[in-house]
Amino acid sequence: MPIKTEPFYLNIGPQHPSTHGVFRMRVMLDGEVVVDVEPVIGYLHRGIEKLAEGRTYTQNIIFTDRLDYLSSMTNNLAYCMAVEKLAGIKVPERAEYLRVIFAEVMRISSHLMAVGFFLNDLGAMMTPVLYMWREREKILDLFEMVSGQRLLYNYMRIGGLSQDVPAEFMPAMKKFIAEMPRYVDEYDQLLATNEILLARAKGVGILPRETAIDIGASGPVLRASGVKWDIRKMNPYSIYDRFDFEIPIGQNGDCYDRYWVRMQEIRQSIRIVEQALKQIPDTGPIRADVPLYIRPPKGEAYGYIEAPKGNLGFYIVSDGSIAPYRLHIYPPTLINITALRDMVKGWKVADLIIIFGSIDVVLGEIDR
Amino acid sequence: MTVAINETEIEKKLNEIFPGSVISSEKGSILVDKGSLLKVAEYLKNAPELAFDYLTFVTAVDYLDYFELVYRIVSLKYNHSLIVKTRCSDRENPTAPSLTPVWRAAYYQEREIYDLFGIRFEGHPELKRLLLWEGFKGHPLRRDYL
Repeated sequence: MPIKTEPFYLNIGPQHPSTHGVFRMRVMLDGEVVVDVEPVIGYLHRGIEKLAEGRTYTQNIIFTDRLDYLSSMTNNLAYCMAVEKLAGIKVPERAEYLRVIFAEVMRISSHLMAVGFFLNDLGAMMTPVLYMWREREKILDLFEMVSGQRLLYNYMRIGGLSQDVPAEFMPAMKKFIAEMPRYVDEYDQLLATNEILLARAKGVGILPRETAIDIGASGPVLRASGVKWDIRKMNPYSIYDRFDFEIPIGQNGDCYDRYWVRMQEIRQSIRIVEQALKQIPDTGPIRADVPLYIRPPKGEAYGYIEAPKGNLGFYIVSDGSIAPYRLHIYPPTLINITALRDMVKGWKVADLIIIFGSIDVVLGEIDR
Repeated sequence: MTVAINETEIEKKLNEIFPGSVISSEKGSILVDKGSLLKVAEYLKNAPELAFDYLTFVTAVDYLDYFELVYRIVSLKYNHSLIVKTRCSDRENPTAPSLTPVWRAAYYQEREIYDLFGIRFEGHPELKRLLLWEGFKGHPLRRDYL
């Protein structure tokens, strides 16, 4: 006589170390095998889109820091670009270069955290993270030098930057960029052919190319599935058309490819910063002449960038007043977790944790 | 460069295939009649010369007289983009056809719009609140919500 079995539900989160914040997964299990997973979000919802309707365009910059708090600079950049597009503001040359430098260093920092905590989820408790943290610390020092902050920089302004960089910044940045490739080699030595990483991540959580496009995935998740799509190349914003870099793409769309794509992107970001440091003008204005209260003409604009986690966009509707009529934030990670269901089916609970970790989520951005 | 596709050409083309489907067009965007939105979306995705396979954002704007739904679609093959808009004027019980069967990227975003604007998407596989909890009164992103 067959034994009667039925699937049961396991609740992971919202308070759980492997959910990277307050994320809840309602997992349907058949023994140890995942049958279905339902993400439950909203625990960090602060209503930023609603709050933004009552504040001026400049005041809203501080909210963007609090979206993806591991890459505040790129959030600032995307928002400022959307407002500049709406109001027709031209950013000075030196500010554009500094913006690119900060955005790319931010990408390095964000990917270091993504890879570090991915390995943490995999069971390599804290050791790889500490290596990554060592370099991230240097990046945070650089950001602290220019903005006085270590997490929520609030450094970019509409039309440029809040202030010029101090004199000691450029030598420090050059030193960091010169040292960084050696550290990336070190990570590769430790991880790229690590047997445990290969066994746990290769072939796990495959996201096929067609599904990745259908669900609208972006960033490393899309590129790991073999789609050559990077907004910096496909729609060069700011001054990205002046730099020479490549788009690394994965072959299989598994967890290992997502890890690998991030490591390669760190190398490409270093290349971009090296070129930007050579080309940047030594002096010049760092902010356009922008009035205290910006009143963009009636209309709408969509500014979007390739943030570390994917396509980050701001859709702004203006009614001609000092506050946006509507501010919509298009967050990459919310869209990327649509794929979670497809990726985890048939895998074990332990794999669910690393598949989720490989997407690289930040809940501030998902819940807004 | 992602090129915004010529809106007057596409308006003409769509009106030939689905008469009365496109109401008007402005720079880079077309305003589609709500009733033919699903047909137009399927055509835009499957027509080989357009191949809009990638939906980026979906959002709604409350203009008090009507809600405007905004969809931005991109073709990864041709690297061109188009903004599709549609309007629903009923404030008490606004509805719109769901585009999740066409592009799954709309899945969470339509749930979010339902949550924050109260627009019901017909044909959505699992329409329930996303960010706020079940039982929350009202839809906060409406302009008349305090």
